[in-house]
Amino acid sequence: MASSFTRMMSGRNAAVLLASLGTGSLAAGYAMTNSAAAEEKRKLYPPSADFPDLRKHNNCMASALSPSIYASLRDKLTPNNWSLDQCIQTGVDNPGHPFIKTVGMVAGDEESYEVFADLFDPVIKDRHNGYDPRTMRHPTDLDSSKVTSGMFDENYVLSSRVRTGRSIRGLCLPPACSRSERREVERVAVQALAGLKGVLAGRYYSLGEMTEQEQQQLIDDHFLFDKPISPLLTCAGMGRDWPDARGIWHNNEKTFLIWINEEDHTRVISMEKGGNMKRVFDRFCQGLKEVEKLIQERGWEFMWNERLGYILTCPSNLGTGLRAGVHVRLPKLSKDPRFSKILDNLRLQKRGTGGVDTAATGDTFDISNNDRLGKSEVELVQLVIDGVNYLIDCEKKLENGQDIKIPAPIAQFKK
Amino acid sequence: MPFGNTHNQLKMNYSAEQEYPDLSKHNNHMAKVLTQEMYESLRDKETPSGFTLDDVIQTGVDNPGHPFIMTVGCVAGDEETYEVFKDMLDPIIEDRHGGYKPTDKHKTDLNPDNLQGGDDLDPDYVLSSRVRTGRSIRGFCLPPHCSRGERRGIEKLSIESLSALEGDLNGKYYALKDMTDEEQQQLIDDHFLFDKPVSPLLLASGMGRDWPDGRGIWHNDNKTFLVWVNEEDHLRVISMQKGGNMKEVFHRFCTGLTQIESLFKDKGHEFMWNEHLGYVLTCPSNLGTGLRGGVHVKLPNLSKHEKFGEVLKRLRLQKRGTGGVDTAAVGGVFDISNADRLGFSEVELVQMVVDGVKLLVEMEKHLEKGQSIDDLMPDHK
Repeated sequence: MASSFTRMMSGRNAAVLLASLGTGSLAAGYAMTNSAAAEEKRKLYPPSADFPDLRKHNNCMASALSPSIYASLRDKLTPNNWSLDQCIQTGVDNPGHPFIKTVGMVAGDEESYEVFADLFDPVIKDRHNGYDPRTMRHPTDLDSSKVTSGMFDENYVLSSRVRTGRSIRGLCLPPACSRSERREVERVAVQALAGLKGVLAGRYYSLGEMTEQEQQQLIDDHFLFDKPISPLLTCAGMGRDWPDARGIWHNNEKTFLIWINEEDHTRVISMEKGGNMKRVFDRFCQGLKEVEKLIQERGWEFMWNERLGYILTCPSNLGTGLRAGVHVRLPKLSKDPRFSKILDNLRLQKRGTGGVDTAATGDTFDISNNDRLGKSEVELVQLVIDGVNYLIDCEKKLENGQDIKIPAPIAQFKK
Repeated sequence: MPFGNTHNQLKMNYSAEQEYPDLSKHNNHMAKVLTQEMYESLRDKETPSGFTLDDVIQTGVDNPGHPFIMTVGCVAGDEETYEVFKDMLDPIIEDRHGGYKPTDKHKTDLNPDNLQGGDDLDPDYVLSSRVRTGRSIRGFCLPPHCSRGERRGIEKLSIESLSALEGDLNGKYYALKDMTDEEQQQLIDDHFLFDKPVSPLLLASGMGRDWPDGRGIWHNDNKTFLVWVNEEDHLRVISMQKGGNMKEVFHRFCTGLTQIESLFKDKGHEFMWNEHLGYVLTCPSNLGTGLRGGVHVKLPNLSKHEKFGEVLKRLRLQKRGTGGVDTAAVGGVFDISNADRLGFSEVELVQMVVDGVKLLVEMEKHLEKGQSIDDLMPDHK
C-alpha cells in the first residue's frame, strides 16, 4: 500500500507542478504516442478525413470548430493522454436543439483547457457571454459576510439553495478517469468530509452499497442521484463503471449535501426550506472552506486558476460553478408579458421546480443566476438576492394594482 | 484516430487491485472469466491500433446483465483483439459456443447446392424466411474503436462494391444522414431501416459514436437482399422473402456474399477470417458463421405444448418473438432460428433450420388433429 501511495504522490505532485506553471508550458501539448500502426493510420487518415460532419449541429463546439483548428489539435494529447476527439465526442453525438444551445464538449483533465485552448477559449467566450480567457481574470470570493439583505419574504420564497462543484487537482475528470482515479477521488473526498464537525457533521452513502432503507430515505429527501441517462453525459463517458465509487454525503441536518463522482468529482449543495439565503450561503462558504482545508492537510488541492476560476468537467460550469436559486411563488408576475425581460435584465433564469428542462407547476418557479464566470460567488449571490427581492416587490405591486417597471440591465462583467 | 481509453499507460501507475472492476453483481461471460489475476496479466497489453483490455470489457462492466440471460460482456475493437486478449476471450468463446476449444477449426461452406431440400416449407405455416450474417473488412478497426475517417472509408468501399452488383442483386444505397423523408418512410414500411442503437450493451462499447455519420442501408430493387453498413458490424448481410422457400433465400445469400467478397478483393480488401474463428465480428457471439437463419412460423398449438422447449433444444434451434431478439411472440407466430454460430458451417446450420422447421410444422399438424407428437420427438443433434 505504501509504495503505491508513494507512486501516486509523485504523480500528483507532478501534475500540481505542471498545472501551476501556467499556459505556456502546456500549450505545446504532447505528440501522439508513436507506435508504427498509429503512424500509418495518421498518414492514411489526415485530419480532413476525420473532421466531424457538423452541418446539422447547433452547439458551442460546432460553432467554433473549424477544419484548421481540428487539424492543428487532432494529434495532440494532454499529459494524461486525453485527445481532442474525446473532448468533442459528446458534441458530435448530440447535435443539439434549435432553441437550446448546449456546450458540446467536455474536459478530461485540468490540462485539457490548456492543450486545446484554441477550441475551448472561443467556446468559453460563446457560452459565457463574451468572457475572454486570454485577457480576463476571474474573481473568487467566498466571504459570505459581504452579502446583504439575504432574508426573503417567506410568503413568496419556499426554499433557498446554492450549488457548485469542485475538482481534485491531479486526478482526471469523470469523462476520462480510470476506476482507480475515481476511487481515489471518493477516498479523498470522503476522508475530508469525515472531518467536518458541528452543524456540518454527517455521513457518506456509497451508491453501490447503500441499503434499501437508506436508498428510500435519500429518495424521499430528494438527495439521491441516479445513473445519468442524458446522452449529453453518457456520450462523454461519464457513466462508465456505474455505480463504482459514486456516492452521496450529507450532514445530519440535511442542509449540506455532496455528490461524489456524478458529473464532476464533487458537487456541493447547501439548501434549506424558507427564505434565509444568507444562512444558506454562509453554510456553503464555511463548508467549502473547511473541506478545502481538510484536503490540503493531506497534500491535495482543488483545480483552480486565475483565468478560469474553479475547473470543472463542463465549460459551462467554469469560474464559480455556482447556481444560487430559490423556489418562489410569482402568480401575477409570471403572467405579465414583461416577466422574461425583467429576468433577462436582472441576469436571472427561470426553470420549473423539477430542475433544468422541467416546466413550472402552478405559479412556483426556480429562479437562479445565469452567469458562472467573470463574477465572484459573493457578486452572484448578491445579484440573486437583489433580483429575487425585486421580483417579490413586483409581485406585491401587482397584487395592489400598482404598475411595475422593467429594471435597467445589469452590467455583464466588471469593467 | 482510433477511439478508446488512450491513457492506458498512465493506468499502470495504479496497481491491478486498484483498477480491477467490481464484478460482484455481474452475470455475463466476461465477469465469469475475468479474475483479478487475469486482469493483471492482460492490462498492460494493447493491440497495434491501441485497443486495450478496459476497452474490450467496458460494456460488460457497465451492464451487469440479467439473472436469466447471459450476455457476452465484451467486444473486439479490431481483428487482433482476439489474439492479444486470447487468454480471456478463448474461455469466453468456449463457454458461449458450446465447448469450442482454442485448437478447434471452423469450417466455412457457402455452397448453396450442398443444402438439401428447403424449398418446400409449408407456406400455410411458414410466413417468411431469412438468413443474416456479418462481415468485417480486414485492416479497419471495428465499430467500437474506428475513427470517423475509417468508418467513412468502410462506407465508401461498401458503396463502390455494392453498386457493381447486377441482375437480381441490382440495387441502391441510402446513407442514413442524407435520406429524404419519403425514402425513410419507405424503408420503415419495408422493415429495413435500422435506428441509432439505444441498447446500453451497444452504447457502452462506443458503437453509437458519431451517429449517423458513415451509416447506411443498401438493398436490391426486389427488396430481397439487404446490407446494413456500419451498424453493429462493418456489414450485416440479410437475404429474405415471404413464404417458405429457404433454399432460394440461402442461394441468394451465398451468391450475394460471394460476389461482394470478390468485389472487395478487386479493390485490394478481404474479409476478416481465419481457420480457427471463421469470420471475425465485433461481438464474440457472432464468430464463425455469424449466421442466423430463421423463419416466422405459426405454431399456436405446439408452442403451448410442454415439450416445446425440449424439442427446440434437441433441434439446436431457438425461439424469439417476431419483433426480433427480446420480443414476445404474437398470435402464436414465432421466429425460429439456429442457436449455434461457430463450429458448424453455414450449410450445416441452415440444414438444421430447414429440417427442424419441417418437423415442427409436422408436429403442429399432428396437434391440430388431436394426435400425439411423442413418436415424432427428435434425437439430440
